[in-house]
Amino acid sequence: MPNLPVSLVFFMLVGISLFFYFYSKNNILKKAAFVGQRSKALPSHYGQQSFLWAFIPSAIILLFLTIGGPNYIDQLFYNKIQELNPKLNPSFVSLILAKVINVSNGKIAAGDEKILTLASDYKAALDQLYFYRGLVVILCAALVGMFVSSLQSPRANARENVEKFIINIFFVSAVIAIFTTGAIILSLLFEALRFFSLYNFFDFIFGLHWAPNVAIRSDQVAAAGSFGMIPVLVGTLLISFIAMCVAIPIGLFSAIYLAEFASPRTRDFVKPTLEILAGIPTVVYGYFAALTAAPFFREIGFSLGLDVSSESALAAGAVMGIMIIPFISSLSDDVIRAVPQSLRDGSMGLGATKAETIYNVVLPAAVPGLVGAVLLAVSRAIGETMIVVMAAGLSASLTVNPLDSVTTVTVQIVSLLTGDTEFDDIKTLSAFGLGLALFFFTLLLNIFALSISRRLAERYD
Amino acid sequence: MIRKSIKSRRARETRLKIYGITSICFALIMLATLLISIGLNGYSALQQAYFKVDISVNMDKLVDESGTINKNKMNLFNWDGLVKSTLREFFPEVKERDEKKELFAIISANAGYDLKEIVKKKALGSGSHTLSVWLHLSDDADQYLKGRLSIDIPEEDRRINNKQIAWVNSLVERDIAKLKFNKTFFTSADSREPESAGILGSVVGSALTLFVTVMFALPLAVMASIYLEYFAKPGRITDFIEVNVNNLAAVPSIVFGLLGLSVFLSTFGLPRSAPLVGGLVLGLMTLPTIVIASRASIRSIPPSIREAALGLGASKMQAAMHHVLPLAAPGILTGTIIGMAQALGETAPLLMIGMVAFIIDIPTTFTSSATAMPVQIYMWSDSAERAFYERSSLAILFLVAFLISMNLLAVMLRKKFEKKW
Repeated sequence: MPNLPVSLVFFMLVGISLFFYFYSKNNILKKAAFVGQRSKALPSHYGQQSFLWAFIPSAIILLFLTIGGPNYIDQLFYNKIQELNPKLNPSFVSLILAKVINVSNGKIAAGDEKILTLASDYKAALDQLYFYRGLVVILCAALVGMFVSSLQSPRANARENVEKFIINIFFVSAVIAIFTTGAIILSLLFEALRFFSLYNFFDFIFGLHWAPNVAIRSDQVAAAGSFGMIPVLVGTLLISFIAMCVAIPIGLFSAIYLAEFASPRTRDFVKPTLEILAGIPTVVYGYFAALTAAPFFREIGFSLGLDVSSESALAAGAVMGIMIIPFISSLSDDVIRAVPQSLRDGSMGLGATKAETIYNVVLPAAVPGLVGAVLLAVSRAIGETMIVVMAAGLSASLTVNPLDSVTTVTVQIVSLLTGDTEFDDIKTLSAFGLGLALFFFTLLLNIFALSISRRLAERYD
Repeated sequence: MIRKSIKSRRARETRLKIYGITSICFALIMLATLLISIGLNGYSALQQAYFKVDISVNMDKLVDESGTINKNKMNLFNWDGLVKSTLREFFPEVKERDEKKELFAIISANAGYDLKEIVKKKALGSGSHTLSVWLHLSDDADQYLKGRLSIDIPEEDRRINNKQIAWVNSLVERDIAKLKFNKTFFTSADSREPESAGILGSVVGSALTLFVTVMFALPLAVMASIYLEYFAKPGRITDFIEVNVNNLAAVPSIVFGLLGLSVFLSTFGLPRSAPLVGGLVLGLMTLPTIVIASRASIRSIPPSIREAALGLGASKMQAAMHHVLPLAAPGILTGTIIGMAQALGETAPLLMIGMVAFIIDIPTTFTSSATAMPVQIYMWSDSAERAFYERSSLAILFLVAFLISMNLLAVMLRKKFEKKW
C-alpha cells in the first residue's frame, strides 16, 4: 500500500480543488456561449464555487479522520488486548497498548513475541487507515468537484452562492470564541466532577489542609492526601494583595500624572517605556523574583533581625506588582482621559486648582472605570503563573504573614500536572478542580469589571 | 484668608505632581534594574572557557574501505580516553586514581563527544592526522575563570577545589586554556552539561510553535471580525459572541493550558510536547487579542468607503473583502504582531501540555518533541548549576530584545500607516 501522509493528502486536495477552480472558470464561458446568454456572475465566481465545494467538505473529512482514526484504532487494539487476557485491569491494558504503539514506531525494542505481532498488526492497521483516508479524501474532492462544476449553469448566480457559503464560514469562525469558552468550562467541569466523585466537594471548598501526597502504590504507607483549598486560596489572595499594594498606588499616580500634568513630549517617552514593562514575559519577572528580589528581601530582613523565607510571599508579590503597574496605569490613563473636558473646564472655571479638580471632579467621575481596571488587574494577579511558580513556595501553610512562604492555585496546578502523572489519578484531577475554581473566580471578576467600565462609557457618551 | 489658603492648595497640587513623578520614576527604575541585573548576570555567557589539545588521530581505524567515515567505528572509538590522555600529558605528576578523577573534572564531560563531532565534520581522509582543537572546560572551571565562583569560602563548600584551581591556572598560564566566544550557545540544543547547552533547539521550537499560532489564529480572527462588523445581525448570538471574546481575552493563560491538556492531548490524542499543540493552545489564547485589534482597525475605516463600493453595485462581501480589508490590513497586522509577542513570551500553557521536557535534539517537524524559549529559560533557572543561571540570563536578554523589537515594529507600522480620514 502506498504511503500517504497527511501533508501529501492535503497538497493533493489543494491541487484537485485548484484544478476545479480553473476548470469551472474556463468552462462557464463556453456554457454561456452555448446557451446564448451572458453568465450571471464573473467566471471566477463559478471557479470559487467549485473550489469551495471540492475543498471544504474533503478538508473536514481529512481533519476528522486524522484526529479520530488513530484513536479508533487505539480503542480497537485496547479491546483486542483485553480479549486476549480478560483478567488484566484497565490501567495495565493501557500500559501494554502504549508499549505496542512505541514498538510499532520503532521507539523501543519489543520484549516478547506477542507484543511484536501486535505491534506489526498495529502498524498495518495504521497504514491501512492512512491509505483509505487519502483515498476517501481525494475521491470525495474529485467527485464533489466534478458534480458541482458540471451542474453549474450560467443562469444561476454563483456569486450569491459563494458569498452565502463564505458568510457561513465567517460565522463559524466567530462562534469559535463561544466554542472555546464552552470547551474550557466543559473540560474543567468534566475532570472536576470526576475529582469530586473521589473527594467530597465541601471538603475541597472549605478544607483547611492541602497536602496532595497520595500513595503511589496501594501497599505504600502514606497519608491519604487531603485537598482542602482554603490555604491555597489564602496564599493566592495574600500574594495578589501584596501585588496590588505595589501596583495600585504607583499605577494610579502615574496615570494621573500622565493624563493631567505631563507634557506631550514626556507622555510620548514614558508611555512606550511603560509598555515595554508590560511586554516583558512573565518568566523573566519570575527569574528576577527568584534570583534577585527574594535574596534581596531576605538580606534586608536578616539585617533587621527578621526571619524571611527564601520563597517569601513578599518577593513574589512585589515583583508581580511591578509587572501589573503598566497594566493599571494604561487602563486608568484611558479611563481618566475619557472623562469629558467640560467637567474639568467647569471646575477650573469655578476657581478650583488642578489638584482640586482632579480629586473632586475627575476621579469621582472616573471611579467606575478605575474600579474596573483594578478588578481586571486583580484577576490578572490571581491567574498569574510563572512568577509564583518560580518565586513562591510549594507547601501550603495557612498564614497571612508576608514573610512566610505560601503557595498559590496556579503553583499547585503546575506542580500537580508537570511530570509523569497518570491522567485519572486523584492528584491530576484535583488540579482541574483548582483550575475550575480559578476560572470561575477570574470570570466573575472580569464580567463585573467589564460591566462597570461599560456603565462609565455609557454615562459620558 | 484666601491668600493663606492658596498656599496650601498649591502645595497640594505640587504634592500630587511629586507623587506622579515618583511613581513613574519608580516604574522606570524597576525596569532598568530588571534589565541591568539580568544583563550583568548574562553577558558573561557570551564567553566560554575552552582548552586547546593537539591530538593525533589515525583515520585508518575509522573509515571504511571506500574511505568514508564509518559511524559504528566512530562510536566505538574511545574519544574520551584520547582527550584524557592528552590532558594528562600536561600534568605528568598526576598519578593516583582519585587525583586523576579530579583532574578530569575540570574538562567537560562531553569533551570526547565534541571531539568526535569535530572529526566527523572535518571529513579527514585516511592516514594519521594531527589536529589542534578547542574543547570545553567544565562549567565549574568556566565559572572560576569568569570570577563567578568565589574562592573565599572554605574549600569543602566549593564546587572546585584548590588543586583543580591550580591546574586551571597553569593551563591558562601556558596559554592552553582561555575564554573564547561561546558559539555552542547559539548552535546547539539543551544539554545536561551547561557548557554544551544552547538555545537553538528552543528557538526553533518557538518558531515552529509561533508559525502554527499565526496560521491558526490570524485567518480565524480576520474572518470573525469581518463577520462581527459587517454581517452579524444585532441580537443575542452576536452579543454573546462579543461577551465571550472580551472574557476570553482576560482568562488566565494557564486555563488555556488545561484546555489543551484535556481536549487536544487526552481527547484528540495529539502528541505531547509538540509545537502543533503548543501553537493551537497559544492560538486560542491570542485569538481574542487579534479579534479585538482587527475589529478596532476595521471600525476605523470610514463608512463612506464601504458605502461608495456598495453604491457602485458591489455586494456586501465584495465591499468588505476588496475595499475595507486592504485598508484595515496594517491595523490587523499590528494587532497580530502584539498578539504574537504575547504568545512568544507565554510559558504557563506550554508547561501544561508537556513542552517542559528535557530535549537534546533540535526539533524538525510540528509533531516532534520541542521546548520554547521561555520554557527553556524557566528550566535553566531551575537548575542547580551556577553556569545555567548566566545562560538563562543571556537567553532572557535575547528574548526580551526580540520582543521589544517586535513591539517597536508594531508601533512603527501603526505610525506609518496611520491615516487621518
